[in-house]
Amino acid sequence: MHNFTYSRPASVADAVKALGAADARPISGGQTLLPTLRARLAEPSALVDLGGIAELKGIKAEAGGITIGAGTTHAEVAASADVKKTIPALAALAAGIGDRQVRNRGTIGGSLANNDPAADYPAAALGLGATIRTNKREIKADDFFKGMFETALGDGEIITAVHFPKPEKAGYAKFRQPASRFCLVGVLVAKTAGGVRVAVTGAGPGVYRSKELEAALGSSFSADAAKKTKVSSSGLNNDLHGSAEYRAALVSAMAAQAVGSAG
Amino acid sequence: MPTVSMTVNGKAVTGEVEGRTLLVHFLRDKLHLTGTHVGCDTAQCGACTVHVNGKAVKSCNMLALQADGAQVTTIEGLAQNGSLHPMQEAFRDNHGLQCGFCTPGMVMAAVALVQDAPGLSEEEIRHGLEGNICRCTGYHNIVKAVKAGAQAMGGK
Amino acid sequence: MPEGTGIGASVKRKEDFRFLTGRGTYTDDINRPGQTYAYILRSPHAAADIVKIDTSKAAKAPGVVAILTGADYDKGGLPAGWQIHSKDGSPMIEPPHFPLCKDKVRHVGDQVALVVAETYAQARDAAELIDVTYKETTPVVSVADADKPGQPQVWPEAKNNVCYDWHIGDKAATDAAFAKAAHVTKIDLVNQRLIPNAMEPRAAVGDFDRATGEFTLYTTSQNPHVIRLLMGAFVLQIPESKLRVVAPDVGGGFGSKIFHYAEEALVTWAAGKVERPVKWTAERSESFLTDAHGRDHASHAELAMDKDGKFLGLRVATKANMGAYLSTFAPCVPTYLYATLLAGVYSTPAIYAEVKALFTNTAVVDAYRGAGRPEATYLLERLVEKAARETGIDRVEIRRKNFIPTNAFPYQTPVALQYDSGDYFATLDMALKMADWAGFEKRRADSKAKGKLRGIGISTYIEACGIAPSAVVGSLGARAGLYESGSIRVHPTGSVTVFTGTHSHGQGHETTFAQLVSEGLGIPIENVEVSHGDTNKIPFGMGTYGSRSLAVGGSALVKAMDKIIAKAKRIAAHLMEASVADIEFKDGKFTVVGTDKVKTIGEIALTAYVPHNYPITELEPGLEETAFYDPLNFTYPGGCHICEVEIDPDTGQTTILKFTAVDDIGRVINPMIVEGQVHGGVAQGIGQALLEAAAYDNESGQLLTGSYMDYAMPRADDVPNIAVANHVTLCTHNPLGAKGVGEVGAIGLPPAVINAVLDALRPVGVEDITMPATPYKVWSAMQSASKKAAE
Repeated sequence: MHNFTYSRPASVADAVKALGAADARPISGGQTLLPTLRARLAEPSALVDLGGIAELKGIKAEAGGITIGAGTTHAEVAASADVKKTIPALAALAAGIGDRQVRNRGTIGGSLANNDPAADYPAAALGLGATIRTNKREIKADDFFKGMFETALGDGEIITAVHFPKPEKAGYAKFRQPASRFCLVGVLVAKTAGGVRVAVTGAGPGVYRSKELEAALGSSFSADAAKKTKVSSSGLNNDLHGSAEYRAALVSAMAAQAVGSAG
Repeated sequence: MPTVSMTVNGKAVTGEVEGRTLLVHFLRDKLHLTGTHVGCDTAQCGACTVHVNGKAVKSCNMLALQADGAQVTTIEGLAQNGSLHPMQEAFRDNHGLQCGFCTPGMVMAAVALVQDAPGLSEEEIRHGLEGNICRCTGYHNIVKAVKAGAQAMGGK
Repeated sequence: MPEGTGIGASVKRKEDFRFLTGRGTYTDDINRPGQTYAYILRSPHAAADIVKIDTSKAAKAPGVVAILTGADYDKGGLPAGWQIHSKDGSPMIEPPHFPLCKDKVRHVGDQVALVVAETYAQARDAAELIDVTYKETTPVVSVADADKPGQPQVWPEAKNNVCYDWHIGDKAATDAAFAKAAHVTKIDLVNQRLIPNAMEPRAAVGDFDRATGEFTLYTTSQNPHVIRLLMGAFVLQIPESKLRVVAPDVGGGFGSKIFHYAEEALVTWAAGKVERPVKWTAERSESFLTDAHGRDHASHAELAMDKDGKFLGLRVATKANMGAYLSTFAPCVPTYLYATLLAGVYSTPAIYAEVKALFTNTAVVDAYRGAGRPEATYLLERLVEKAARETGIDRVEIRRKNFIPTNAFPYQTPVALQYDSGDYFATLDMALKMADWAGFEKRRADSKAKGKLRGIGISTYIEACGIAPSAVVGSLGARAGLYESGSIRVHPTGSVTVFTGTHSHGQGHETTFAQLVSEGLGIPIENVEVSHGDTNKIPFGMGTYGSRSLAVGGSALVKAMDKIIAKAKRIAAHLMEASVADIEFKDGKFTVVGTDKVKTIGEIALTAYVPHNYPITELEPGLEETAFYDPLNFTYPGGCHICEVEIDPDTGQTTILKFTAVDDIGRVINPMIVEGQVHGGVAQGIGQALLEAAAYDNESGQLLTGSYMDYAMPRADDVPNIAVANHVTLCTHNPLGAKGVGEVGAIGLPPAVINAVLDALRPVGVEDITMPATPYKVWSAMQSASKKAAE
């Protein structure tokens, strides 16, 4: 990779200041960023490591739901008794991201800010109707994801925490791309006070809500209803690992599995 | 050049690195701990697995500077007082290695796996090793070794 | 003595301690004083003219020691080690293969410039400043289309991209067999391109001694002497006496580290130029682009049968991809390692095969675990399976009906080989029992009740290994002998060093050969060290590939031991004042028949080096012997593999529930190591059957599967528990009776898996699928079948 300067501020304020430099980029767990830099696909002049900021870490119960600090690792979310109790699907999702080593480094804030179209956490945030908190504001998940690798985050804006309201029931299932083991398709289904939410990752150019599945599961929250729902393949990804039609079929199949495992 | 300090295999070490220096290159090139290997550039093969503050991480996917102040254990630090760690012993007894290249990462991953979750089933072990690729053994004997190693470690 | 440390015992490996403690020494672990680092600038295009290379900016970058391009390169090209002749008698087309491209690039990853700098990062930074002007041309990518008229030409001298157009067998006899056939089964098959992916990326360190003019190359090789021979004689013109090649611990090879690669020549050449050591280590992305790939065949085959399903004749036409250049052993893989195996385990009386080798703008293709034999086995076992379906004959019965009878050995096939031994009925019966073949239909019904599709598949295979009799391969176009050497040095105080020309990169020779010599000389195994991989230590060697190490290298050691024992007997006879004919040797002791006189081998060794009381006029002091062993024939491991799968119709996911391998690999020295070899081959076979494929974009020639993000490697949870058993018939023509085991899994397995997948999918109307049978492909095949049924 190209060389860069490295700093590790201890507070969000200092991090924001450091990010003011030209071509500076934040790094959290770095599990996606570092391979990108190694391939010389990006050339930041400075990396600002958010890993030393204590205020970004930790998981707490809040308003019946769960609030997770942006710097919390996937392994910590997966192991959290609070998360397991309040939103078991979220703990299970975190436990299935990448592999064990990646889960020990990767963070929820990093994953959401990166918004990889095949990542798991965007499905969790969107499906569970999370609120993304930054150093500047609160952003509803419905307004946060703007397509492939794009988010609503502005310059100098850092995710500080994510709040997940408790759903009545939620489940997550994914079908892994056989090589990378990222999501070929991942589906999070949630039964909430405001209705059924279904978020799909991997299938399209970015995470999205499936209106077809939300309607079907809204009238019958059952695996059978999900399986029978024909999902449109329009706009879905088509590559070496699966056509848009295949991905559409997997969306129904994974939704059915997610409903089956929902708790 | 910035300086990084950490404790590696119980010894305090300090060295000059570039911002871009990966932990694995610090270990291999500066500390001459060549047991930690680099098998890919996309953080998938796991040959570079070491323990940082007790957790298994891929040292090719972490900057040396990110490990400043950390406790790092590499394969060279696993055997104590000249006798193999029970997991190393189990890999030998069960023929869990052939060419040996993925082995240090595999053993480090296995030790952490067992420490985190003792008493795993065969299926859980297979799943738990998904971050490590071996091309020689077909994993059959690695799984056997991890099972035996877990038993020998007695949940430690 | 399975309990001890001799032949047949599962001795724990001597090499494991260093690997388990991080003390192995792989090439990238080697650092020489004053070392520089090389980065290779590679072609981003599959086909282009190099118009101009401007290195002026890069030359001024920090740390740069030298930048070398094709214009600087004044040495030879990488040679092909095998020459095939076409049907018309003309020799194959052998285009030049310079380590740095001169005027054109011919595949993505081709070497354009070598940057030598103080650090690797500096070399890579500087390479970005090299300005190369390319004029892109249209590449030819797919082997199926490469010889069609109007395709771009990779080489002007290879018309229609044909390297050679070769054949084997009796065309007239085969045509006659088809003329009287009651039924003909036809099949079109692709054996997809694979990337070997040894976990250790290739690396090379070149060193030059200004005082002696000697070059040393440390390299990730399966055969250091072969590299010394090829690079010294053909490429850099350095005499063997001035060139040392060391292959230290090597992290897996699977064939991909047999070949002489450009980078080996470049670091050696550059070390001489800059008079400092030069180190190059591949990044994995470079390995994907430039390691020799494997397989890549497109074939059409036809099987003629009589009304009872007895095979009468086989016709095969195959196109084999060579890539952009000829790699070291590439020409022989689709010919003498493939078409000669098309008899399989069957007594088909007439066979005719045609093989067209074609150039394309892709990475070179050469031997990868199995090399030719997996392609032959896959073709035959898919074809036989289809024949069984078409004729309604049970798929086990059709095999039995056509097996070479156990009493027919030695058996001469219609395609050159003569099998020495085997019992295909026995391995089949054992496998059927272990796999509970008879109980399958009940299990299929159980799966169906859960909404899953279950299938079982079988493959009965043979391979030719123990490569190879020199005279035979010489007559077939090999430019080298394929014997092996072994030396045994019994030291004065009784410990032994064994020098073998084979190379261990996972196979455990340091243990297996120690077992062999320990038992043969009656010396405790802990006193036997095995040395390999250094041309300055080992007299000579042809290396490790083609499952040859025990059958050929082990046999050389047996011959060397025979010489040691013969000499030791003469010393013993002198010491015990007896005639040599009366000396017996057993368990490390020399005795005089009919007396209680005894001398241990330790005493004899000491006497040999301290010859105070010694037959000095008749015998030289010392106790060290070298032997070369040239095999009389190939060896022929064979067996039966059975695979049981379950498919989820919603996702197309195939799960292997059970895999059974019963192999006949001849004499087993260390069963633990042998089982490990089978496991590893099986996992690579599963990789080919279900996961792995190297895909190039047909328009641009870009590698689409250039990292582990897109090339699916088998992981622990992709592979099932593997049930392994042996049924041994001994090889009849080598002193150990050994056949070889390294490749059986990769050869026998893929058709068993695909036959199982098709067995599972048949009820839903799927008749064919290509490898790898990924979930996407299985799902797509099911969709097409159901659409077809609806029409």
